[in-house]
Amino acid sequence: MKDIIDRIKTKYTISEVVEQRKNLSFVTVSKEQAISIITFLRDIEGFKHLVLLTAADWIENDKFQLTYLLNNPTEKIDLGVRVFISRENASMESAHHLWEQVATYQRELKEMFGIDFPDSPGVDKPFILEGWEDIPPYRRDFDTKQYSEDTYFPRPGRESNDPAEYMKKKLYPNE
Amino acid sequence: MNKKRFTINEDRSLFPEKNAEGKIDIDLSSHKYLKLWQGPQHPGITGNMSLELTVLGDEVMDCETHVGYLHRGFEKLMERRKYIQCFPIVCRVAVPEPDFNEYCFASAMEELAGIEVPEMAQWLRTLVLEMSRLQSYLMWIGGQSGAFGSGIIGQWSIYLRDLVLDRFEELTGGRVYHMYQLPGGVRGLLPDGFKQRMEETLLTIEKFMDDIDKVMFNNAVFKKRSVGMGYIDPSWVNKFGITGPNARAAGIPLDVRKDYPYLKYPELDFDVVVGKDSDIYTRADIRRKDLLLSVDLIRQIFAKMPEKGDIKAKTPNVLHWKVPKGETYSRAECTRGEYGYYMVSDGTEYPRRINVRGPSYTHAVALLEKMIINTNIADVAGLMVSLHTYPPEIER
Repeated sequence: MKDIIDRIKTKYTISEVVEQRKNLSFVTVSKEQAISIITFLRDIEGFKHLVLLTAADWIENDKFQLTYLLNNPTEKIDLGVRVFISRENASMESAHHLWEQVATYQRELKEMFGIDFPDSPGVDKPFILEGWEDIPPYRRDFDTKQYSEDTYFPRPGRESNDPAEYMKKKLYPNE
Repeated sequence: MNKKRFTINEDRSLFPEKNAEGKIDIDLSSHKYLKLWQGPQHPGITGNMSLELTVLGDEVMDCETHVGYLHRGFEKLMERRKYIQCFPIVCRVAVPEPDFNEYCFASAMEELAGIEVPEMAQWLRTLVLEMSRLQSYLMWIGGQSGAFGSGIIGQWSIYLRDLVLDRFEELTGGRVYHMYQLPGGVRGLLPDGFKQRMEETLLTIEKFMDDIDKVMFNNAVFKKRSVGMGYIDPSWVNKFGITGPNARAAGIPLDVRKDYPYLKYPELDFDVVVGKDSDIYTRADIRRKDLLLSVDLIRQIFAKMPEKGDIKAKTPNVLHWKVPKGETYSRAECTRGEYGYYMVSDGTEYPRRINVRGPSYTHAVALLEKMIINTNIADVAGLMVSLHTYPPEIER
């Protein structure tokens, strides 16, 4: 794995390398170089299989983290390519030309996080949600509890508990 | 057996020509085409998603997958739950295979927290995963045969699945959802006489599989409708992210149990089942052999596992457990392919982000939409089941 990362470093800039385990590492790269690095990994380094593409919301840093998890089926190693993009007008270059399933991932990310992928086929079409008018629901600032209280009528006579408090009372009554 | 690739309507002169992108220009106002919705109320096991088909005669010209009928926002819910509170959630992501979710979630958490799972717990986890595989395949047999008109086979196989669920009930207290695996290990040892009762169940299943061989795999109708149908080209495997039996039927030996050994699989003796024709029949055959492999693996596990031992590593109080900051990906081989959990921890008591990588995400959208073109509408259900998709994984 170290050799591969060294080879990437000769061509591109990597800001952080984390070796999670022997066959899994994460590298952080810039938004501008990401698709080029992923293409290099796919075509030259044998990372032919895209395991997943997902995002995490680091609202405190005002950033979204995009993770492209690539797998090399021959060497049996995984490399996660992480890209941090701004939450404000979040947008990323599309990778739909590299793998067929990427368009679906990008469509979901647009809907759930509001990250745009210009030119990705069908990226603006609703995927899971239909008629959604609130902020994208997987963003950290979307309040699920508030949403359900506002949207669904509370049933009379229904007792509601805070799950953490309830379990604590059950399991450790004396604490 | 005639291995010729299955085609319908070989005279294409009545069909419109394809444009430069390889698609046809569909003009609904020409009254040649009909929009047909398959699902979401389809009674097969692929329910809860729908296909918007555009048909010309009885041939599918265009297809768009619609999901969202089962979205419960699991990934978001988990961000608002402590790690231990996620266990009743993860098992509900894939109804017939809850244990793979539990295992992937638990192992990702253990990796981040640096917890070593005791040997006995590893054996029990391997056992539960194989039992889960067994009952999921039994459910699939019903779906596949039912889609091609043999509804009775589904009734038999669901009965046998119930026998496996009886064993699950004995071991875990739950039939469908088990919540048996916890961070650091499992909840309990095998009950008295469990091995013997499991062996009886395995013998019943083996006998049933002999019948299945006769009534399904040697059935003229099933063969005629499945041989040469639904071809997956081996070059699509990486292009579409295909894993599991769908890739193995195309001759690509992808199996997480062998490629990325986990739990006690390195100590078990088995070969990856690989096919070559890559049609519906081959995929069904791969799954049948995989089911019988699971039976064999359960016997091997019983023969090799110790009688007693620690089943849970020492962990912090689960209600105040701060999992160290970091991220990881944990995978397992489920009946449909690679199942994985991508976990990001920010060092608090709550996960920052969990992403579930279900094999259906790639199989049921991009791949299915491609494969279904030029299929007869009567074969659509059979084709869907042959990819063995579960919609809840798409819309976690």
